[in-house]
Amino acid sequence: MTVPPRPPSHPAITAGVVLALLLGVHAKATVDFTREVQPIIAEHCFHCHGPDDKDRKAGYRIDLRDPALKGGRSDLPGIVPGKPEASEIIARIFSADSEEVMPPPKENKKLTAAQKETLKRWVQEGAPYAQHWAFVPPAKSPLPASTAANPTAAPNAIDAFVAAGLRAANLSPSAPADPAVLCRRIHLDLIGLPPSPKEVAEFVAGAAASGLPAAVESLSRRLMSDPRFGERWARVWLDVARYADSNGFEKDLPREQWAWRDWVINAFNRDQPYDQFIIDQLAGDLIPGATQDQIIATGFLRNGMVNEEGAIIPEQFRIEGMFDRMDCVGKAVMGLSLQCAQCHTHKFDPITHDEYFGLYGFLNNTYEAQSWVRTPEQRQELDRLHSDLRGVDERSKKALTEWREQLSAWEAGIVDRRIKWTPLEPYELASTSGLNHPVQLPDKSILTLGHPTTRGDIFVLAKPELNGVTGLQLEALTHGDLEFGGPGRSKYGTWALSELEVSTQAPDSDKWEKVALRHATADFAEAVRGLEEEWKAGFDKERKRIVGPADFMIDGSNDTAWRADRGPGRRNSPSVAVVQFVEPLNLPAGTKLKVLLRMHHSGDDNGRHNTALGCCRISLTNASAPKAEPVDYGAVLALSTPADQRTEEQRTTIFRAWRANFSEAKKFNAEAEVLWKKYPGAATSVLHLAERDRVQTRPTRLLDRGSWDKPRHEVPPHVPAALNPWPEGAPKDRLQFARWLVSPQSPLAARVAVNRVWQAVFGTGLVETPEDFGTRTPVPEHHQLLDWLAVDFMANCWSHKHLLRTIISSRTYQQTSAGAPALLERDPANRLLARGPRFRGEAEVVRDTALSIAGLLHPKVGGPSIFPPVPENVLAYNYVRPTYWNPPQDAERYRRSLYLFRKRSMPDPMLSAFDAPNGDFACARRPRSNTPLAALTSLNEPVFVEAAQALALRIWREGGSTDESRADYAYRLCTSRGARPAEIAALRRLLDDKRARIRSGELQANEIAFSSLTKISDLPSDATPADLAAWAIVARVLLNLDETLTKS
Amino acid sequence: MIPSAELRAARARLLSRRWFLQDCGVGMAGLALSSLLARDAQAKAPANPLAVRAPHFKPKAKRVIYMFMAGAPSHLELFDHKPELQKRDGQLPPAELLKDYRAAFINPNSALLGPKYNFAPHGQSGIPFSELIPNIASIADDLCVIRSMQTEAVNHAPGQIMMNTGSQQFGRPSFGSWTLYGLGSESEKLPGYVVLTSAKGTSGGASNYGCGFLPTVYGGIPFRGTGDPVLYLSNPAGFDARAQRASLDTLNELNELARVDTGDPEVAARIQSYEMAYQLQTSAPELMDLSSEPAHVLEAYGITDVKQSNYARNCLLARRLIERGVRFVQLFHEAWDQHGDLTKAIKKNCEDTDRASAALVKDLKQRGLLDDTLVVWGGEFGRTPMVQGGNDGRDHHNRCFTMWLAGGGLKKGHVHGETDELGFNVVRDPVHVHDLNATLLHLLGLEHTQLTYRFQGRDFRLTDVHGHVVNDIIA
Repeated sequence: MTVPPRPPSHPAITAGVVLALLLGVHAKATVDFTREVQPIIAEHCFHCHGPDDKDRKAGYRIDLRDPALKGGRSDLPGIVPGKPEASEIIARIFSADSEEVMPPPKENKKLTAAQKETLKRWVQEGAPYAQHWAFVPPAKSPLPASTAANPTAAPNAIDAFVAAGLRAANLSPSAPADPAVLCRRIHLDLIGLPPSPKEVAEFVAGAAASGLPAAVESLSRRLMSDPRFGERWARVWLDVARYADSNGFEKDLPREQWAWRDWVINAFNRDQPYDQFIIDQLAGDLIPGATQDQIIATGFLRNGMVNEEGAIIPEQFRIEGMFDRMDCVGKAVMGLSLQCAQCHTHKFDPITHDEYFGLYGFLNNTYEAQSWVRTPEQRQELDRLHSDLRGVDERSKKALTEWREQLSAWEAGIVDRRIKWTPLEPYELASTSGLNHPVQLPDKSILTLGHPTTRGDIFVLAKPELNGVTGLQLEALTHGDLEFGGPGRSKYGTWALSELEVSTQAPDSDKWEKVALRHATADFAEAVRGLEEEWKAGFDKERKRIVGPADFMIDGSNDTAWRADRGPGRRNSPSVAVVQFVEPLNLPAGTKLKVLLRMHHSGDDNGRHNTALGCCRISLTNASAPKAEPVDYGAVLALSTPADQRTEEQRTTIFRAWRANFSEAKKFNAEAEVLWKKYPGAATSVLHLAERDRVQTRPTRLLDRGSWDKPRHEVPPHVPAALNPWPEGAPKDRLQFARWLVSPQSPLAARVAVNRVWQAVFGTGLVETPEDFGTRTPVPEHHQLLDWLAVDFMANCWSHKHLLRTIISSRTYQQTSAGAPALLERDPANRLLARGPRFRGEAEVVRDTALSIAGLLHPKVGGPSIFPPVPENVLAYNYVRPTYWNPPQDAERYRRSLYLFRKRSMPDPMLSAFDAPNGDFACARRPRSNTPLAALTSLNEPVFVEAAQALALRIWREGGSTDESRADYAYRLCTSRGARPAEIAALRRLLDDKRARIRSGELQANEIAFSSLTKISDLPSDATPADLAAWAIVARVLLNLDETLTKS
Repeated sequence: MIPSAELRAARARLLSRRWFLQDCGVGMAGLALSSLLARDAQAKAPANPLAVRAPHFKPKAKRVIYMFMAGAPSHLELFDHKPELQKRDGQLPPAELLKDYRAAFINPNSALLGPKYNFAPHGQSGIPFSELIPNIASIADDLCVIRSMQTEAVNHAPGQIMMNTGSQQFGRPSFGSWTLYGLGSESEKLPGYVVLTSAKGTSGGASNYGCGFLPTVYGGIPFRGTGDPVLYLSNPAGFDARAQRASLDTLNELNELARVDTGDPEVAARIQSYEMAYQLQTSAPELMDLSSEPAHVLEAYGITDVKQSNYARNCLLARRLIERGVRFVQLFHEAWDQHGDLTKAIKKNCEDTDRASAALVKDLKQRGLLDDTLVVWGGEFGRTPMVQGGNDGRDHHNRCFTMWLAGGGLKKGHVHGETDELGFNVVRDPVHVHDLNATLLHLLGLEHTQLTYRFQGRDFRLTDVHGHVVNDIIA
């Protein structure tokens, strides 16, 4: 880590130069544009003379050949191919005049003499251009032939390309790793856990018996079908998908998103083709007949942060969320820094500002939805229920022979009684507290998002200019941005309305007059009851609050509320209430009318138990004695669709609403009610994206400088011209966009995916910046290998398992990681791959390894996150203390680290000490640090201490009966190899010293050997607490061995 | 290749291990490093990521104590005296003022609210301060008060992130991280960037002092007032210092075997990290132990119980950290969000913070540390001149707010910038967050346009593409 020296002092060296240095070869005769020229001009020239025409200096553009030749606003030709002396750019870069020289001195991008010469030679040679390597679709080049220097023919493409590089560099591959080391490496790479001593022994024996390749093949096959494979590889995707279990920002409320994590685990386990994996996550909901799994998959785009701070403007943070989605897709799938084109045209890559919003447009026409997630059993139950309900419908239709006529007469009656309602169009819409800023939508409904207010109101100020107003209608409406569609904002999408107040202010007055209300009717209300336990609140200790009929809204008491929760299955549907004005109201021009909706029926846990109404429409009428039809309002709304255009769902809603009001259908209605009561629960829910209703389409506008409140011209969805073409005639929707992203024609998709896997295995990607394959990313050393693997990946169903098999079966992968000094000196970063990978495990691997060695690791796959023990001083220092943080005291405490609850504003202390990201944004590459904080964590963090104690017990029980055999066994557990004499001797010294100190009473054995979760009675009959304590001290050392923490 | 700072960093990481072998080998008794050292002798490695680095030019200050008053203190009750606002108490603000204006909670067209406290001029400089902060007022002649601060954010979390990282979007490195990245750490036994907290957790959370995309070592390390000062500092139950030392000796011995075996310099770095952890086990408790501080010092800070964690104790700890070479100390005190109950709550906040804030400046001055230490005091935005709720609250206001600075290279007894008669808009010398940060970096000897880090193909800066050094506040 260190200081990346400040750019000016380190002029970039081109890929070619470094490659040449590494390979020990001299520069080629002809200048290679992609390797040698582009990196120079991208670094030094593009900022002012690149794709961005807004800030382009002197009208000169150098990233494309034609304008580069033509020159800028001066009449001088920029480049005259073959004639450096006539080329303005050459004159300028060699100029000694500080006014003339390029780049200008103030830019601090000085060219070296060698770079200037390269450019001059390139112009001399005709200034050929080539497309940036990463924008040209990958192709398989023929495998380099082996030569006499490497007599064994390379059986594997990786080896063939690597061998060619090594030959050129005059290096040889390292010896194969010891089989035990290899066994451990394969385990860590495929399942993220070390092998047991037995598994190592079996592998070693297998390799001896049937040869190493067969043993590797058989082990890989076994581990790839182990469910822990999906757990290990899901974590890699979770980083770049910025997964977390909380919303972030100030409130940082917990969210349920683990169903998406489970989906990822399963996707890796079933080796879902990567292209399908991406399509499901971007647009699974749009695939015809989308399954629950495909809906869950689209949770990918909702893993970002959600701001619920008081007084925010939700649209501002929705747009920030969109930027975050773009950034994530850019890094995870495209390998492009899209973020750079958020405020202006990309300075280095061919992505214009318009093209950025063209891509954005594919994702923008969406709701931020939430849906229930059911187990297969629950889904079956639900299917059965719906089929039973349809059965009731069928039977009732048969029995009630006249139903068609009766229904249409009923329908006609409703249409007949329909009165004209004029929706309020507020000039001001707000909440008294200011915590919420509701907005009015084109259909005049009022949507409240943002702060999860638990006791507050919203009010509407309008000047409706209506005379003889007799009443007001309040429609509670569903909306795709609300929990399960709303209409409420509770964790079920339900709501409660405590009071509705109407007042007016005459044009010449500043006094508000309250309007007397009477006779509230609703299509539905619950029976009077007290609030359920889950909505209890500190301000209502006596539990006075009740819910019931619509009259509760106008009874002057905040303790009573109208609520229309129809129960599971039917609660996310619209409702309506009508209140009458005691005196008809005249509202001459200029009269202000205020409607206040008070909501005091939530629980108060920092917004988690909010039950506010999310979407509503308020209208006035002057019809006499207005009343709400006692008919399911969903059906009433459905009736406004002409009969011949109604969907099946609408027809069913209407039929059932009719039947519910039809006295002769009592029996059937009762049957249906019994069925609804059996509505199955759900295992969890998921945040995901869903396409907006056609009537609520959201067009995309370019945002000036990326400012949410500066929309400019409309931008239709489209893709950057520099990338693979849009399939002709394909609809411009999110599904097609997802397909385009992972089309076989994409130059980036497969390369980025392959590179991510390579990075996970070798510690560094073939492209070292996995998130950026743009023009400033030089041609990688192993360009042909990357492309070969990318093409092979696509040809093999985009299969991760196939790719991993290819890697693991390579000799390159199987080399020892111990580097000879000369090799370390020659290629310290192992770019040429003359040795195997060696690096510290990721945070999760470090913890899981300790638990696994200790025998504590809980094998359960999937499910909700668990809360790791976190020091009190960390928990207490939250904006709002997480009241839900209850670490398990049983075996679940030792679940894999993948399942640890990630609270964004309180990064897990253990994981972050080992460089795990906290999910604020997509992370394509973790740093690897060595800090004292990490050392303290693996020495002293309670779970590590418990692991050391458990390991001591395991060593005692399983490690034979002498110190030597136990030390040896302990080494086998931790490092997959036996202990050497020097190691045994060191451990024995520690053991003897500690035993002596325990015997003398200086150390307390029980304190060291047991935690608050374990008991002396766990002690094996042949052991004393002193035995165990001494071994616990040793075990703590062993868990911290470099070899334990490292993949070698 | 080596296209970016990131990659250079990766290279440097490797080289840093050589540095460790060269420069730290001596301290590690029992390590047989000679053979490796001989091989690495030619490596002129720049080093340890935290090694002290020369600034871009001669600095005026070497370190920073940043007292972040989260929640946004009211400039109108503390620093920006507005008699006219008092006169117009209860009146609506002029309509032209409200054009394109957005508060957070309130309808901007709300009545003006007169300041709740009296002001008086102080010191030779005659800078007016509120009666709430007599101690800060007493150091008026050492302060540089900026009354014309501005930001874009109007909500707390984005506002705090903006102040601390120069962006409303999460994921950027904090000011402290940039400073450490630019200058390195002079402290051998303590982290280079230490965070101390009082009152409640901040809206911005850990991202306020995070390293963003910079390497992990540049992040702020919270020293905690209760429990272990550094997480997991205490050894497990039953371990005494000797048991810990013996354990680490064995660990080092075994790891050294692995190092010789693999030739991996990473192992040497790991050995070092355990040794540093061991040192921290001594140095952190020593730092937190105020028993050696004389009574008059405790008294000056207003510390009555040396064990009690609060803002005053954190101020004294800040001085102790600075004395031990820590580059950047940041105090977070989240308490200033007075939408209501302004009169009482802001008084309480001042009682909690005024004395210790001023004592810290005096203490630094008396010890000769103030000359090359930058002291910064302020929050994420200001408060509205308009009332929120009944008559005792103010909303978020980003058009102007006040911060004060002291120490290294700053003018003393100086006021920069001016707001209008209502404390609503800046009328002279606006200072945007980016300008402040550019200036603070400048005082540290860093040119803000040159302190860059390449991430995702772009050279990021603390000041994004903005920021101008405010020369008028530099002495």
